[in-house]
Amino acid sequence: MTTPLLELSAITHSFERPDGRKLKVLENINLNLAEGEIVSLLGKSGSGKSTLLRIISQLISPSEGSVAFHASEEQAKRVAMVFQTFALFPWLSVLENVELGLEALGVPEKEMRKRALAAIDLIGLDGYESAYPRELSGGMKQRVGFARALVVNPGLLLMDEPFSALDVLTAETLKTDFIDLWMEKKMPLKSVLMVTHNIEEAVLMSDRILIFASNPGRIAEEIRIDIPHPRDRQGSTFRDMVERIYQLMTTGLSRPQSQQGQRAGLAEPTIHDKLPRVSPNQIAGLVEALAGAPYYGRADLPALDHALQMGTDEILPIVESLGLFRFGEVAQGDITLTVAGRIFAEAGTQRRKEIFAEHLLQNVPLASYMYRVLYERPDKRAPRARFLTHLEDHMNEEEANEVLDAVTSWARYAELFAYHDNSESYSLENPD
Amino acid sequence: MWKTQYSIGRNQISPPTGVVSTHTARVTWFDMVAFMLVAAILVFVAWGVGEFSAPISTLKRDPITLEPQNLPEYALRTTLRMLIAVSAALAFTLIYAPIAAKSRKAGQILIPVLDILQSIPVLGYVSFTVTAFVAFFPRSMLGVELAAIFAIFTAQAWNMTLSFYQSLRTVPAEMEDAARVFNLSGWQKFWRMELPYAMPGLVWNMMMSMSGGWFFVVASEAITVGNEQVFLPGIGSYIALAIQQQDLNAIACAIGAMGIVIMLYDQLLFRPLVAWSDKFRYEFTARETAPKSWMLDLFQKSALARRLLWPLGWVLHKIACLRLFKPAPSHRRLRAHSARLFDYAWYALLALLALFCLRHVVIFLSTSISVADMWHVAQMGGITLARVVVLIMLASLLWVPLGIYIGLRPGLAAWIQPLAQFLAAFPANLLFPLAVFLISHYKLNADIWLSPLMILGTQWYILFNVVAGASVFPNDLQEAAKNFKIRRWLWWKKVALPGVFPYYITGAIAASGGAWNASIVSEMVSWGDERITARGLGSYIAQMTQNGDFAHIALGIGTMSLMVVLCNRFVWWPLYGMAARKFRFD
Repeated sequence: MTTPLLELSAITHSFERPDGRKLKVLENINLNLAEGEIVSLLGKSGSGKSTLLRIISQLISPSEGSVAFHASEEQAKRVAMVFQTFALFPWLSVLENVELGLEALGVPEKEMRKRALAAIDLIGLDGYESAYPRELSGGMKQRVGFARALVVNPGLLLMDEPFSALDVLTAETLKTDFIDLWMEKKMPLKSVLMVTHNIEEAVLMSDRILIFASNPGRIAEEIRIDIPHPRDRQGSTFRDMVERIYQLMTTGLSRPQSQQGQRAGLAEPTIHDKLPRVSPNQIAGLVEALAGAPYYGRADLPALDHALQMGTDEILPIVESLGLFRFGEVAQGDITLTVAGRIFAEAGTQRRKEIFAEHLLQNVPLASYMYRVLYERPDKRAPRARFLTHLEDHMNEEEANEVLDAVTSWARYAELFAYHDNSESYSLENPD
Repeated sequence: MWKTQYSIGRNQISPPTGVVSTHTARVTWFDMVAFMLVAAILVFVAWGVGEFSAPISTLKRDPITLEPQNLPEYALRTTLRMLIAVSAALAFTLIYAPIAAKSRKAGQILIPVLDILQSIPVLGYVSFTVTAFVAFFPRSMLGVELAAIFAIFTAQAWNMTLSFYQSLRTVPAEMEDAARVFNLSGWQKFWRMELPYAMPGLVWNMMMSMSGGWFFVVASEAITVGNEQVFLPGIGSYIALAIQQQDLNAIACAIGAMGIVIMLYDQLLFRPLVAWSDKFRYEFTARETAPKSWMLDLFQKSALARRLLWPLGWVLHKIACLRLFKPAPSHRRLRAHSARLFDYAWYALLALLALFCLRHVVIFLSTSISVADMWHVAQMGGITLARVVVLIMLASLLWVPLGIYIGLRPGLAAWIQPLAQFLAAFPANLLFPLAVFLISHYKLNADIWLSPLMILGTQWYILFNVVAGASVFPNDLQEAAKNFKIRRWLWWKKVALPGVFPYYITGAIAASGGAWNASIVSEMVSWGDERITARGLGSYIAQMTQNGDFAHIALGIGTMSLMVVLCNRFVWWPLYGMAARKFRFD
């Protein structure tokens, strides 16, 4: 391999929280990007992938470590970015949006117009030059995003979940169009770095996948994809690859992360576990889906999230909470309903609430602790601050609030205890 | 009792820290404080109303003095006036806007009327109404009081009504459908859906008009009735007297008192209202930072306050449940022939009314006003217009870049935003004497150097709107601009300025409206016997008011109102429409 285009060494990054404490989002990232490859960063949301992208694009500078570009020409060092939310300027037409980057480079007007039109042509936006972004569909908007990035002739293209705001079909067309242009070398790009949480998308497009683990974000695995383009989603090599990555990502979930004191599959649960922010309806929905056809209690996770039309990072917390409530068990990229899970799926509304309450008390120590405190108080009431301060001995304020919110929504559904937002206090349902 | 019971509970479960105990103890404090506040407000209103209706001779026996120890009482009187005016404005809004929104025919006339009313300078109302009010209550202070309160009312009512009308017209269709499905009566629909939906906008506008109100409460307490000047007890009169007697100390005291009053009003009334009305926002996503108010917390956490307010809540609930007015029909009935006839009759009636009014205006103008007068007033209007335009441009040049700079830095914006709102509420006329002093000391040209006073109080609208706009500027667009290395002039032209444009327009409309209004007090300023006048429509109206020349006051005010309406129609509305179309973020 020749010298890499981009070299990241020992990148560590922390954000300062309002309370002054530091939150480490990235730890010791080493990454080389060679010419001619597409690399995907894959991981749960909040694992620092987007932060890394912003460090590479010099939008933020890392707390430690260095970013080095090895390219002889100035042009190859140029980095352009495509945004998840498109980030088009609503007051500029398509043409003006595309020209803006060139204007900043001081390109003469005639050349600017020529290059912008060429980029618009390349990306399939002919005829839309004078339209304003609000008149375009999501797919068209993202095409403008691509044209705007490509027109400045970048060496490296960064893409931050570029397809996740689009519907499935539109995203599909855009992905294949992009790969076609890439294979035909019609774009000035030397390499591409893409952030995604969609495993299939990563396998479809990239030459290498870096799987991120969270808290703090770090590269957990590196997988090379050698399937030739155009890749067939239904092909067995493709499916095997997707399956393998799924297993890597879900087993990572139940692997104890002792240094974080986080809830882990087998570790004894404690009052100050971090809890997934998942609504009772989502839990019930997944249990129901698993219990019914075609799974009958056992499902392959990749197949499941394909069938439910949800992103991996959306479904993983729900899967995690099924495990937490002992409605399901996760092993080897499969999820199996427990007996309790099956009974829950069969039950009517009121019975479900009872089962949920029972499992909440048994498996979520914080819920049972709060219930006990409320029960033993003469007026059956307690302020939120009472529990918040307790949690804050183990985590920061923001996390404590999130955990408390999660328990509150579960307890409300279970009719275990009530929460009054106005007075910020909890009470047992029928105190009077 | 409370405490012992609590400590049992505390021993049984290992307590984490002492936080709970302070919280519990605070509940009783909440009760005490909340109770005191309610009691104080009741006592204060009772006392104030008694004072307001005192015979007018009290003023002679007991005139305004400049002793600072009287200031708290004056401040209370002024505050009470404000409170009455804003209640009246609210009542007016709750009646006028629904009529205009519900009845197409009424709306056709009521809304343009409102637009005109809004364009009339606030002090213009004082000149006209004071005589009438005094005639109603000849021997009591009530007449003069009412005139002052009416002036504040006119500074607040119109834009509250317009905001409420807008909200009523934009109630989401699915809410309308829900009302129909549940067969809510017109009355129930109003209390259950329309009022809650309009609440955040209404509260925000109320707060904004309050800012305007302070300016005029100060200007309207010292009123000329006939040939006699009446000083109503209040901060405004205190200042007027301080100016007459050239007492700098007193002015400083008044500025201090005003600051405290505005702060208290904000903390005790508006902050809680804004925080409370936030729960009515018609959105399905939770906002990251909801507005907070310690006062609201206090009342919501105090059991006693809840008990005290309970009857009020009960009455409101009962009122809201009444089934007045028929439910909306599920289909619009086809309009019958007779309905169309009725329409024509209505338009004919309006036309007749307009003709009748026109005749009276023409007669009035032709008997008491010459063509030369009209030409003179038009010229004066031109001068004031030029002042407004130049000042808005200067203020924009200064505050737009600064506002963007501040707004993009959240830490800084959190500081500046409340400050700018405070400055907008602060009656700038308190600083006018300083201008007189400077101008006469340095022998400056009054036509130029009096001008900045017009915008002293209203420039802040530009600042805090731009700050607000810049602070909600989407982060991804900022990153895109950075990534594509858009800098300096290109960044201002293509990124920042268009980004805050809708907010800037909102601010500039408020600022220019305020500047027109302020011209009446700021083009003619005095300090003791020294008086400095700038040529312009404002000073013309002020001069005519002093002379008690009603025909010419009417001419001046009519001209100003016309110019404001024309400015709105031909400059601000088109700009506002463009901002809403082209520059909004989806």
